[in-house]
Amino acid sequence: MLRSQAPSIQCTDVTLSYRRHPAVHHLSGVFAPGSFTALVGPNGAGKSTLLKGMVGLIKPDSGRIQIQGAGRNEIAYLPQQSALDRSFPMRVIDLAAMGLWRKTGPFRRIGKAELAEVEAAIAAVGLSGFEDRNVGTLSGGQFQRVLFARLLLQNARLILLDEPFTAIDDRTTEELLALICRWHQEGRTVIAVLHDFDVVRENIPETLLIAREPVAWGATSAVLTDANLARARRLQEAFDDDAELCERPAA
Amino acid sequence: MTAYDLLVGPFVEFGFMRRALIGCVALSLSGGPIGVFLVLRRMSLMGDVMAHAILPGAAIGFLLSGFSLFAMTLGGVVAGLAVALGAGAIARSTPLREDASFAAFYLVSLGLGVLIVSLKGSNIDLLHVLFGNVLALDDPALYLIAGIATVTLLTLALIYRLLVAECFDPGFLQSVGGAGGLVHFLFLALVVLNLVGGFNALGTLMVVGLIILPAASAQFWSETVAGRIMAAVAIGMVSSLIGLLVSFHTQVPTSPAIILAAGVIHAGSILVGRHGSFLRQMLRTRHLRG
Repeated sequence: MLRSQAPSIQCTDVTLSYRRHPAVHHLSGVFAPGSFTALVGPNGAGKSTLLKGMVGLIKPDSGRIQIQGAGRNEIAYLPQQSALDRSFPMRVIDLAAMGLWRKTGPFRRIGKAELAEVEAAIAAVGLSGFEDRNVGTLSGGQFQRVLFARLLLQNARLILLDEPFTAIDDRTTEELLALICRWHQEGRTVIAVLHDFDVVRENIPETLLIAREPVAWGATSAVLTDANLARARRLQEAFDDDAELCERPAA
Repeated sequence: MTAYDLLVGPFVEFGFMRRALIGCVALSLSGGPIGVFLVLRRMSLMGDVMAHAILPGAAIGFLLSGFSLFAMTLGGVVAGLAVALGAGAIARSTPLREDASFAAFYLVSLGLGVLIVSLKGSNIDLLHVLFGNVLALDDPALYLIAGIATVTLLTLALIYRLLVAECFDPGFLQSVGGAGGLVHFLFLALVVLNLVGGFNALGTLMVVGLIILPAASAQFWSETVAGRIMAAVAIGMVSSLIGLLVSFHTQVPTSPAIILAAGVIHAGSILVGRHGSFLRQMLRTRHLRG
């Protein structure tokens, strides 16, 4: 895959808010084609909100999020440790096969070739032999791996991950991280919300540090400095109930 | 009395028993899968709500043209869809949660429906609408039930993958551009159709029982969606058969007998079902090596 074909995301003075209180405030910048960016910041900093804005689940109050090179339904999005019903009667292989949706749609048959693809994806996340198990019998980490297998099959050029490693042990984290790095090497654009600064420093070239307002954005080593982190930490977590209208002129 | 007299005789001898059985079998065929999806979507109580919601529509049909199958069916479908859409829309556009919104709608509907029926009819009519008359199914009513069962099964076969995906992970379906909202609406329409089809036989209040009870029991017998659907259909049919026979031999009203039969099977499933029943929990099977 050529890097030039990879999608980019242009944020122009984006504000995303809940009940008029901004969760992401006046963010401008570009996630370059084929870039691999970590989204870090304290709780309530607007990281998940920003991803949701990109997927289109939340509409910006002002500003624009433009995605070049991929349609809205060509984004692979892994929500935060999701509220999926794990007691749902569904097998590992069925869940993973949902990743083929853009190929098979609601009606087309899943043939031998597709099944082989699904099995390969399950093997890639280290769950061979689990195909026919019900998702309810999996541990939290194993379930997360199945979701990664689904992401693999989606074969999307833009991948958004919201805290993919929460509640996952070190070994699995390492394996999944290697998978994500491979996606990056293949020229896909990847954005991941992460909390572990060590993981970010070691593996991820670019970082956006956000605390409702963007604090710093660029090469990871330049962003994750003590001064920047201290600034981010000073973010007031609670919304100000009596906040006045934001008068900042649009850039 | 021989087993033949007990089990087969009534159906051989009496046409109305055969008709009742055919109607109930058709209802079970489509109600089973509908119920399974309602349970999977955590909408078991929604079935009840919708059943009440069709009442004022059917009552207006009754007010305008008496016991006309066409008028009452049309009224029921319109009212059911209106409540489904209205309650859904209010839940989405205001802070009121969907279950509260549905509850509000159905309480109003129930009051309205009972009021309208009693404007024209007697208490007997009211009982008929509320509890049905499965032993007096005429040809048009049977065609209606069979037609609805056919439409339901065909539609479900068509949207099966979408529906399962929408139940399990609506966010994902939305992100890949699947028509989640449309599927949800189609499903609600099928629920309304089945309730309306069933209310001629079992009445607006009892028809939900033949949809939800078998589905709730099926959970104890299978761990796949397809398996649960088959179990629910089978349980629905067996309940109908038992209910009709009990009602025939003991002169008790039919639709409560059918629902109670389903209730007994449900209790049995909770006690001795294959998955997660009390029996399973008590049999402390020895653990494996790995």
